[in-house]
Amino acid sequence: MDITTRQVGKALVISVQAARVDAAVAIEFKEAVRSAAELSGAPVILDLSQVTFLDSSGLGAVVAVMKLLGSERPLELAGLTPTVAKVFRLTRMDSIFRIHPQVPGSLQATG
Amino acid sequence: MEGVFTMAESFAILDSSGRLPRGEERALYLRRFGAGDRSTRIVLADLVAVLAEAGVGADDLANVEIVLAEALNNVSEHAYPQGAGPVELSVAIGPSGLKCTISDHGQPMPDGRAPKGGEPRIEPPDHLPEGGFGWHIIRCLTSDLRYARHEDRNSLSMLVPWSDLD
Repeated sequence: MDITTRQVGKALVISVQAARVDAAVAIEFKEAVRSAAELSGAPVILDLSQVTFLDSSGLGAVVAVMKLLGSERPLELAGLTPTVAKVFRLTRMDSIFRIHPQVPGSLQATG
Repeated sequence: MEGVFTMAESFAILDSSGRLPRGEERALYLRRFGAGDRSTRIVLADLVAVLAEAGVGADDLANVEIVLAEALNNVSEHAYPQGAGPVELSVAIGPSGLKCTISDHGQPMPDGRAPKGGEPRIEPPDHLPEGGFGWHIIRCLTSDLRYARHEDRNSLSMLVPWSDLD
């Protein structure tokens, strides 16, 4: 699972460089995001703008990362593509996460 | 024996005006493969390409891909907990939506019926579920869902209604 990280303001932005977060990669995804989050103690924004498909296994992995980080480091999401946003909406998980319409620090966000 | 081991059958079904004829039900896709996360990926990519070619729109493609990902995950996880076994996926196009049928020779569903898939419990936040979303998602996006067990075969059929008929 290819993941990149960068600091934007106070937040650590973790960008998932994969088109699909599904049952085939859910465990790998969870481990990659968790270890990336350990790089700093900053609040984490998970950039899903490259992810075009996420199933319930992928959703479960996002929830698992949120719980691992704990309430002191709320996991926020950014850049949900339409299909990914639909899965969050159907399961009401869109009410659990703070979701940024655009990825902080991206060209779209500053333009 | 995970992996795709038969050819897909697909048909171009655009009419002369380039639109999708919705009058009658037509078989559009049939594929047999070995259950597993990797083959689910391969088959869904192939199916989505075939449906897009046939003129199915983005919203409907998303709905059918989400539904079938969940249903096929269930087959590899629950019907074949010991490893891959054969699965058959067929998709027909009809006036009210895409009719999808999945059959396998694995374990039957618990109590002989498809789970209801209640809405996920979202409180308290530190006890959020990390699974059990699949059937809820399937139920949200389908109608006319039927499950049957015939001898050693499971058959799950459901309609993914056209999103513009909501």
